[in-house]
Amino acid sequence: MTIDRRNFLKLATRGAAVTAAASAGVAKVAEARPNKQMPEEALGLLFDGTLCIGCRACMPACKEANNMPPELTPLEMQKGDVNALWDAPLDISAKTLNCIKAYSNGTGETKDAVVDGHAFTKKSCYHCVDPSCVSVCPVSAMTKDPVNGIVSYSVDACIGCRYCVASCPFGVPRFEYDSPKPKIAKCELCKHRMADGKYSACAEVCPTGATLYGKVKDLKAEIARRKALEPGTMTTFPRGRIGDGETYQGRVGKYVEHVYGEKEIGGTQVLHLSGVPFELLDKPALPDISPASQSETIQHGLYYGLIAPATFLGILVAAARRNMRDETTPTTPPPPEGKGTP
Amino acid sequence: MSANAEHSHPHPAPAPLGGKLLTPVTITFLIPIIVMGVMLAFRFVRGIGAVTNLNDGYPWGLWIAWDVVIGSALAGGGFTVALLTYILNRGEYHPLVRPALVAALLGYMQAGFSVMIDLGRWWDFWHIFWPKYAQLNSVLFEVALCITAYIIVMWMEFMPVVMERFGWKRARERLNKTLFFFVGVGVLLPTMHQSSLGTLLVVFGNQIHPLYQSKLLPLLFLTSTIGMGLSAVTLEAGVSSLGLKRPFEREILGKLLNVGRLLAGIYIVVRIADLIYRGAIGSAFQPSLPALTFWIEMFLFSVPLWLLASQESRKHGGKLLMGALSLAFAGILYRLSAFLVAYDTGAGWHYFPSLGEMAVTFGLISFEVVGIIFAIRLLPILPAAEPDTRTT
Amino acid sequence: MSAIDLWLKKSPLAQDLESSEEVSRAIERFGLTRRDFVQITATVTAAMGLPSTAFGAVANAMTAAPRPSVIWLQFQECTGCTESLLRAEHPTLEKLILELISLDYHETLQVAAGHQAEKARKDAMAKNKGKYVLVVEGAIPMKDEGIYCKIGGQTAIELMKECAADAAAIISIGSCASWGGMPSTSPNPTGASPVSKMLGKPVVTIPGCPPNPYNFLSTVVHFLTFGKLPDLDAKGRPLFAYGRLIHENCERRAHFDAGRFAKQFGDEGHRQGWCLYKLGCKGPETYANCPSILFGDCGTGSWPVGTGHPCFGCTEEGVGFAKPIHSLATLKTVTPPTHFARPGEEQGQGATITTAGAAAVLGGLAIGAGMKLASNLGKQDEKNQKKPE
Repeated sequence: MTIDRRNFLKLATRGAAVTAAASAGVAKVAEARPNKQMPEEALGLLFDGTLCIGCRACMPACKEANNMPPELTPLEMQKGDVNALWDAPLDISAKTLNCIKAYSNGTGETKDAVVDGHAFTKKSCYHCVDPSCVSVCPVSAMTKDPVNGIVSYSVDACIGCRYCVASCPFGVPRFEYDSPKPKIAKCELCKHRMADGKYSACAEVCPTGATLYGKVKDLKAEIARRKALEPGTMTTFPRGRIGDGETYQGRVGKYVEHVYGEKEIGGTQVLHLSGVPFELLDKPALPDISPASQSETIQHGLYYGLIAPATFLGILVAAARRNMRDETTPTTPPPPEGKGTP
Repeated sequence: MSANAEHSHPHPAPAPLGGKLLTPVTITFLIPIIVMGVMLAFRFVRGIGAVTNLNDGYPWGLWIAWDVVIGSALAGGGFTVALLTYILNRGEYHPLVRPALVAALLGYMQAGFSVMIDLGRWWDFWHIFWPKYAQLNSVLFEVALCITAYIIVMWMEFMPVVMERFGWKRARERLNKTLFFFVGVGVLLPTMHQSSLGTLLVVFGNQIHPLYQSKLLPLLFLTSTIGMGLSAVTLEAGVSSLGLKRPFEREILGKLLNVGRLLAGIYIVVRIADLIYRGAIGSAFQPSLPALTFWIEMFLFSVPLWLLASQESRKHGGKLLMGALSLAFAGILYRLSAFLVAYDTGAGWHYFPSLGEMAVTFGLISFEVVGIIFAIRLLPILPAAEPDTRTT
Repeated sequence: MSAIDLWLKKSPLAQDLESSEEVSRAIERFGLTRRDFVQITATVTAAMGLPSTAFGAVANAMTAAPRPSVIWLQFQECTGCTESLLRAEHPTLEKLILELISLDYHETLQVAAGHQAEKARKDAMAKNKGKYVLVVEGAIPMKDEGIYCKIGGQTAIELMKECAADAAAIISIGSCASWGGMPSTSPNPTGASPVSKMLGKPVVTIPGCPPNPYNFLSTVVHFLTFGKLPDLDAKGRPLFAYGRLIHENCERRAHFDAGRFAKQFGDEGHRQGWCLYKLGCKGPETYANCPSILFGDCGTGSWPVGTGHPCFGCTEEGVGFAKPIHSLATLKTVTPPTHFARPGEEQGQGATITTAGAAAVLGGLAIGAGMKLASNLGKQDEKNQKKPE
């Protein structure tokens, strides 16, 4: 017994030393992973809620560009309201990559008023700078282009684990729950049209330039320009792709100070301006630190170079070896007859 | 000098229990298994939505939270008993090694199976193991690899049982020489993936209620896993004692649950300290469902601490079982809460398991029960039944 | 057989008309066939949005004598509204002014001129004191005491005050009289103002540049028939004509909803008749019934958008002659329709009685079994402890 205890103590002290070293390593590495940075030539969208007129032309344009089927309004809604449309998505889904939603309060008469007003907002992939979906996918089905920063999905790699669906802070990736061969779907900024020199269908069709496509640095300059203008004055608004030259004259809206997507979880490539506070538009308040960086810090901190596991394994195997020496094969009595009741 | 675990505490050699396989108990448990089969047929033919209530607000539901996370945690007795017996050289736990191992093996195989039925594109599951696809930043990647490796290791640890049954003496002797390595790996791997099951939640950020979101999730999950595993071993010992009219090894289990008490204590201290450090302790006093589950968990974790405080109480079978139950339920509730109750992805999403989901989960539990019964009847797992000759 | 002929044969109302003395006389006077008369009456009834049961009343109004006196003043205007009326077909203008009303003063259409014409006006006003209808076409300059428009030595303001004093009803026809129209375009050097502003009280307005003649005619006939004006909006516009946005009735609306826009005159989209919103169509913020009743009685497409030119909002103050023709319209959606997706819709299946019950049963069973197990083991333990060693 004494020997056991001595050995145990020896083992325990060594173990404690290793744990301490590992913890120090963890603490050091835990500082290490900051948010990722936006690529220089990142592409994105600017959605200006004050310009959106709720025409929803971007929704059928997106469906057509991405070969998506119509989305039937849930039967319950149709039964209850005889005027419900049969093709009116409530939200983005595996069939709808882009959805315009309307905030309405009271009489809803005034555009961009919080009380007795209405406002429109767009929901689609934000193409985060430090995406959670890319970090969590175990099989690299979600990837971020290093040049233009577009976050893409590859059905060939995907195993349908839905970790991306669960982890996205904006609730963007959606899954086909009603298919035996399901896949994930989300906006990919119409990157399949880029070869033809085209760009996002939603921006292309938007009549007021509420959805504007372009390089994020150009979009950010445009945001700064609009916010510096006096609300109500006339200005030139670009439409479609910024820099293409298609513009029109319109009045500057009254913006809330916050630019959504500028800092949220490390920044996104799809940015939003709005005339009403973002909480009313179901845009969650998020911290500046990306969840991906936090998760990876812990994971890599613990397993960095597999040093801690290997060390721990060494101790375990050494102990097991010592304690299992001379483990003999016991003699097995024959199985008893008819014994044992449930 | 080397204190061989086997020799320090002699006990009867393990032997198959024998007896009929199809008894009223096992037949009763076959029914949920058949129902599960029907549900799974629907699931594979018509998609996961045909059987479950999973949606884009709650893409992970009962199957992940219970079958994978809780199921594997309850199977944690295997590695804990191995750790106590072979690493810390506490020979008195030796008779528990095989029962714990069989429960662990079945538990983890059930968990692996549950992952397969939950995956949307399950036919591509091998992508996780293929270097071209492997994504090293993903916690899920590490969990998957680790669990797979652990199942293989457990099979290696289990081979001696099979080899004994079929009298493969030469093979058994060769394996014995290398078994220590598998035992070592078999203690390492669960520490990795059981804690990582907690790390999975870190990336959810604000979507997890402040009472449950923490950087210390790996530690909290690991400590509670060990507790759950010990409880499961105790409960299985209790059931087999009553059901098979065998002696209940109070002393060993009493010591085992004492270890469980230590872990419950660590859990409670770490959890509360973490909440205070993060300034989230206030939300425990605001009426909400996560606050309610939090307090129930805290209570359940505390039960072994005071119920089994004295040596006397640890000799009482009934109290040992209550303590074990409490610790098991505490860990179960903690995981259900962390994955389902504390998870809120935003406005308007609702989820509650459908009858189909519950049927599959119950079917898998039944499968484990029947599996354990079959295993102890057919294979040398339990020590051969003898009147209790040891002194108390 | 067309619907009208069928109606003529079958309807009891038609039988009444058959036998009615007044109708026969009226028809003879107008030189119409019975069928034509019915068509006119039907059109006027329908344009006012009245049910067909009002047909009889309308018919009566059109056939009854005496003809009310109408004084028609013209100030800062282009006479487009009168020209528009001239193109009316049912009734034609000569039928209107010769048979339905007594147009006692109209500078463009009357033969008399000079002091003679002014005297005729004053006589008619005196004779029909309190009973004549005053129609005003054109804006009234208010600056510098209104010297920028004088007729017969009197400023427009003076004329208005004089004529409005004893009028039974005042109708402003055209955008100029309704809200200022083209003469009021910034910087508005003459202070061109609508009738309502000059008089300081609301009046009936029939805006448009020019307005559809039937908007005016139907309003007048409504007044003759029922002795009161049709329902008006806050700006005095009859709701039957100005109650809806052009955008709500536009035949190109489907293209707007689907995002198909013409970007340049003559481009692919334009040739296919796509929505003209991007070319500056002001339909989304203009109240009028142009897409419903069109212009000129010459078939579909006979309105600006129909011909491929964006609406410029001629009826709407602040839009017509104020916003550039090709600038984007501000959409006047009053409220998003109820089926618009809201941020944060309720989705997913929560607990139902069945599933919550099942979960409770299973959980209860587990806990119960566990506790039973514990107590059983406790009892067995006690038994074992009592056994001798």
